[in-house]
Amino acid sequence: MTANLRRRKLFSRIFEVLCGLTVVVALIPLAMILFYVIKEGAGALNLDFFTKMPKPVGESGGGMANAIVGTLILIGIAALVGVPIGCLCGIHLAEYPGRKFSSIVRFAADVLNGVPSIVIGIFAYGLVVLPVKRFSAIAGGVALGLLMIPIVVRTTEELIRLVPGGLREGALALGATRSRAVFGVIVPAALPGILTGILVALARVAGETAPLLFTALSNRFWSTSLTQPIASLTVQVYTYAQSPYDDWHRQAWAGAFLLVMMILTLSIAARLAVRRLERMNRS
Amino acid sequence: MTSIAPELMSHSEPAEATEGQRTARHPQPKPAIRPSGGGFLGALSTEPRAERPTANRGGTSPDRNDSLQQEQTMSDSKISVRDFDFFYGPAKVLHGISLEIPARRVTALIGPSGCGKSTFIRSINRMNDIIPEARASGTIVIDGKDVYGGDTDVVELRRRVGMVFQKSNPFPKSIYDNVAYGLRIGGMRNKRQLDEVIERSLTRAALWHEVKDRLHASAMALSGGQQQRLCIARALAVDPEILLMDEPASALDPIATSKIEELIYELKDNYTIVIVTHNMQQAARVSDRTAFFMLGRLIEYADTNAIFMTPKEKMTEDYVTGRFG
Repeated sequence: MTANLRRRKLFSRIFEVLCGLTVVVALIPLAMILFYVIKEGAGALNLDFFTKMPKPVGESGGGMANAIVGTLILIGIAALVGVPIGCLCGIHLAEYPGRKFSSIVRFAADVLNGVPSIVIGIFAYGLVVLPVKRFSAIAGGVALGLLMIPIVVRTTEELIRLVPGGLREGALALGATRSRAVFGVIVPAALPGILTGILVALARVAGETAPLLFTALSNRFWSTSLTQPIASLTVQVYTYAQSPYDDWHRQAWAGAFLLVMMILTLSIAARLAVRRLERMNRS
Repeated sequence: MTSIAPELMSHSEPAEATEGQRTARHPQPKPAIRPSGGGFLGALSTEPRAERPTANRGGTSPDRNDSLQQEQTMSDSKISVRDFDFFYGPAKVLHGISLEIPARRVTALIGPSGCGKSTFIRSINRMNDIIPEARASGTIVIDGKDVYGGDTDVVELRRRVGMVFQKSNPFPKSIYDNVAYGLRIGGMRNKRQLDEVIERSLTRAALWHEVKDRLHASAMALSGGQQQRLCIARALAVDPEILLMDEPASALDPIATSKIEELIYELKDNYTIVIVTHNMQQAARVSDRTAFFMLGRLIEYADTNAIFMTPKEKMTEDYVTGRFG
């Protein structure tokens, strides 16, 4: 009996250690990425990087001001496309969960989430670039917006479901119509969480390169026009990292560092907001 | 009018008592009801409200009295239920419920868990509509109009039939905005008017003095009992004719519970109240009429005193004496 017990304890111990090891293995890539990006990127980051335009090939110095602004513009367009569609769709799924239509939409969102981003880029190319025969910021924003939709749909749905059903009943019992209850009580209650979901989705698409390659393309020059090709951090990093110039490599690291920091900040903000929401719902 | 007189006399007697007397009386039933030799029924008869049936037994025939009451409640009926069935998908959960709920009285629905009393009370303001695959047949008539009739506007119905839920459900907004919610839905925008109704509603729900200095603080910061009274205030603000209460005190401590019960007692002068409760002492304390449900059927429906003192059905007797359920 005691021998048996000892054996069981030993096995239990071995599995604990194995589980711990796999966690460490999973974390190694993340740690290394952060380590290299910070080591190479933080040093390369300076004021010029934020304020100066790229220098012509061969000259050192300069920055990515146009790409930083371009990324912000692209994210803005993506939000305009992805947020309204995604949120309304998520609200529908949460409010009418049992309908056949809902399960189709949910499945479609999951499929869309799994579609490679390059394919989304090709789709946006066909949708926006081909008809006008020009790469543009709008095309890039639409591609990123399409990528956002499934993420926003699913987080909105989940967060609305977190709202206690009693609130819905309370509003209806006071003579509210269904839509009044949803938009006056339920969505406001879930709002911090929904905003978080949007932030996470934005962070995710801000780091996309592939869908921009043949939609927004890139631009060596300062441009804020929505109908012209526009620079973005990710494409700039991609271009610079391929180049043979050390100074461009340095700037690519700085760009990567900036991207990672942006995404990290958004994710942490998201985490904190969700925690607050959950606390509120429990009380 | 004269026929209602005996009932009014015996029931409104405590309501006419002075504030001090009533608050002193209210905490009393709880210790009194704890079985002390005489058991539940014996203890109940020490309550002032139980005087009438005791007197009946010595005086006039209880049977004649009962049928008389039946008639008067029929004539003064607010909600009239006929052959009401309810289904969740294929499962039939209410079987041919028929009863008359009198106006400006408290009607309690009692019965073991899963007996259908919550389903029934939620049928009155059609809260079950939001449950997919739920289906009703038969009629529930309020003031001569069938709730399930084709021309009934559910939104209008729910404004007239307020509801308080088992779990207090204040909106994550300020206390003020919670009470204002129903009013604003109804289109009230005038700030002075809103202020006035909100103060009146909170006062009627016995919450005004506790919250008047922090009307714009979050309702989530209130205690459980305060939250439930806020929900009652919120329901009263839109001035419903009927107030449905689905176990309003089941999640509250005894002090908060007695406050809610006191409130129900005061509200019944102006509202028709239907209350679901698991607590039989509570039913005995607050209600005028009691309906006993079991397995989706209405087993017995009579004056509260009759249900607790002289139940006609064996099942009712077993339940109220605590032999099962």
